Amino acid sequence: MRGRTLVRLLILIVILAIVLYPLLWMLGTSVKSREEIATNIGLWPDVFTPGNFRDGWQNFDVSFGRFFVNSAMVAVLTVVGNAVSCLLAAYAFARLRFRMRKIWFAIMIGTLLLPGHVLIIPQYVLFKQLGWVGEPWPYLPLLVPQFLATEAFFVFLMVQFMRGIPVELDEAAKIDGASPYTVFRHVIVPLSRPALVTTAIFSFIWAWNDFFRQLVFLSDLQDYTVPVALTLFIDSTSESAVGPMFAMSLLSLVPVFLFFVAFQRLLVEGINTSGIKG
Amino acid sequence: MAVSIAPPAEVPAAPGPASRRGRGGPRRRENIAGYVFLSPWLLGLLGITAIPMLLSLYLSFTNYDALTDFSAVEWVGFDNYRKMFTADPSYWHAVRVTVEFALIAVPLKLATALGVALLLNKAFKGVGLFRGLFYLPSLLGGSVALAIVWVNMFNREGAFNSLLSVFGIHGKPWVNDPDWALETLMVLAIWQFGAPMVIFLAGLKQIPVELYEAASVDGANAWRQFRAVTLPMLSPVIFFNLVLETINGFQGFTSAFVLSNGTGGPVDSTLMYSLNLYIKGFTELQMGYASAMAWVFLVAIALITVVLFSTGRFWVHYADGEER
Repeated sequence: MRGRTLVRLLILIVILAIVLYPLLWMLGTSVKSREEIATNIGLWPDVFTPGNFRDGWQNFDVSFGRFFVNSAMVAVLTVVGNAVSCLLAAYAFARLRFRMRKIWFAIMIGTLLLPGHVLIIPQYVLFKQLGWVGEPWPYLPLLVPQFLATEAFFVFLMVQFMRGIPVELDEAAKIDGASPYTVFRHVIVPLSRPALVTTAIFSFIWAWNDFFRQLVFLSDLQDYTVPVALTLFIDSTSESAVGPMFAMSLLSLVPVFLFFVAFQRLLVEGINTSGIKG
Repeated sequence: MAVSIAPPAEVPAAPGPASRRGRGGPRRRENIAGYVFLSPWLLGLLGITAIPMLLSLYLSFTNYDALTDFSAVEWVGFDNYRKMFTADPSYWHAVRVTVEFALIAVPLKLATALGVALLLNKAFKGVGLFRGLFYLPSLLGGSVALAIVWVNMFNREGAFNSLLSVFGIHGKPWVNDPDWALETLMVLAIWQFGAPMVIFLAGLKQIPVELYEAASVDGANAWRQFRAVTLPMLSPVIFFNLVLETINGFQGFTSAFVLSNGTGGPVDSTLMYSLNLYIKGFTELQMGYASAMAWVFLVAIALITVVLFSTGRFWVHYADGEER
């Protein structure tokens, strides 16, 4: 029996090495010099070259700091938008009786399955007509949908969570004369904190990693977010840019990695219960 | 995993005389409140989803190019659809690339996820750390940074060839080889097996130990137990992952975009459907045509989901024997 456990552990360690190798290779390459990237095949650099980070940071007309600020702003506002709007919608679906509730709920589930690629062209046309593409409000196409609970997944997640909150709490409050608004404010919101935290973490990570929408809607260099800015390195595929490109790629993963470290247990449990994607 | 998608049960009305109050009573008040709370979502449904969908349906019958005015839009009937199906080889090529990607990457990813989940299912010291680290690539998911690393890893001077050279194999620039570029993207997708793995782990935990005990009393070996107990008991979770990953697989974009710098190359070998749609719509500005592509995509995804669900009836077992 002990032997078996050992074999199992050995197999797992081999798989883990394969899984972690690309990430470690990225880490190593980001601190290798141009010559070493071409010659040194190991993970570990002979000479540490922190200059890649400086060069990558200033590789374009706009500093990478600007891209990080843009990305952070989009991600934080996305979190706020999703948390507020999805919570409101979920409360209505989970707790309030109103006409056509079942129909709206079915439609909401339907939008869950709608691929984003299908909507991108008409949304682009619409937002462009509204003057929302480019200056002066380049991020409206990214943010407005988040404030209108279009991320049906989070609505669904919160509805599922709210079903677990005892109805007796609402009823007791109602008997005491509380309005639906009071119940929401004083019963549902405080008790929904775990679902809110899950929503916040995942919407931050998704917004941070999102590429498709940001690629489509951001047209001015100074408005670029980190993922879109990273593709600039590919455009300028000069050999010299590999080190800086890796350095910036690495930095771009840091926020998600920090979330991972801080919330590892919660993230893994989160997809356990809800089937959330990474 | 027993997440049902039926609407939440009716909330019972507040008992007593309160519910018999007429106009302006709790009943009406709750009706209004429902729509107040729902209003952001309704607005989003209308403005961000429904109207754009109708708009894209309309555009799919026009030659809209995003540059000229709306008034200059010309109705072309089914021309876009006809062109797509009969006169645009790149369209069918993209379909083939996407189907090939999904057919190979999804099963391998699920098999890897299940295999690792089985290895992790026994409790031992450090199991949580393993689980977390296997999940990490999934979390970094469709990020551009990861795609960049991947492309470079399978370059001529990349880590993969360095590894091969240790065994005396002379590698090639995999990402520039039309025969191998898509395969490197498949490997990337498989590498991100963490999310389905975690779902498998949750499913494995719910299989009653008694079933294994009974099976081993009957003399079933490990393989037989896996076939007779684990697979059927896990089939709803396998099904769930299969649907999720298939839909995801068909939507792959970021890695193909990064590998080919937005072209679908080399020689269209990574021209995934959504990348093709992006190129047609936003690079070549054939938005009418791209809208038609989007609608066919939507119908195809719906059909695939329906087909998966109908085959599911033959192999997905629910513990309570209930048809779903």
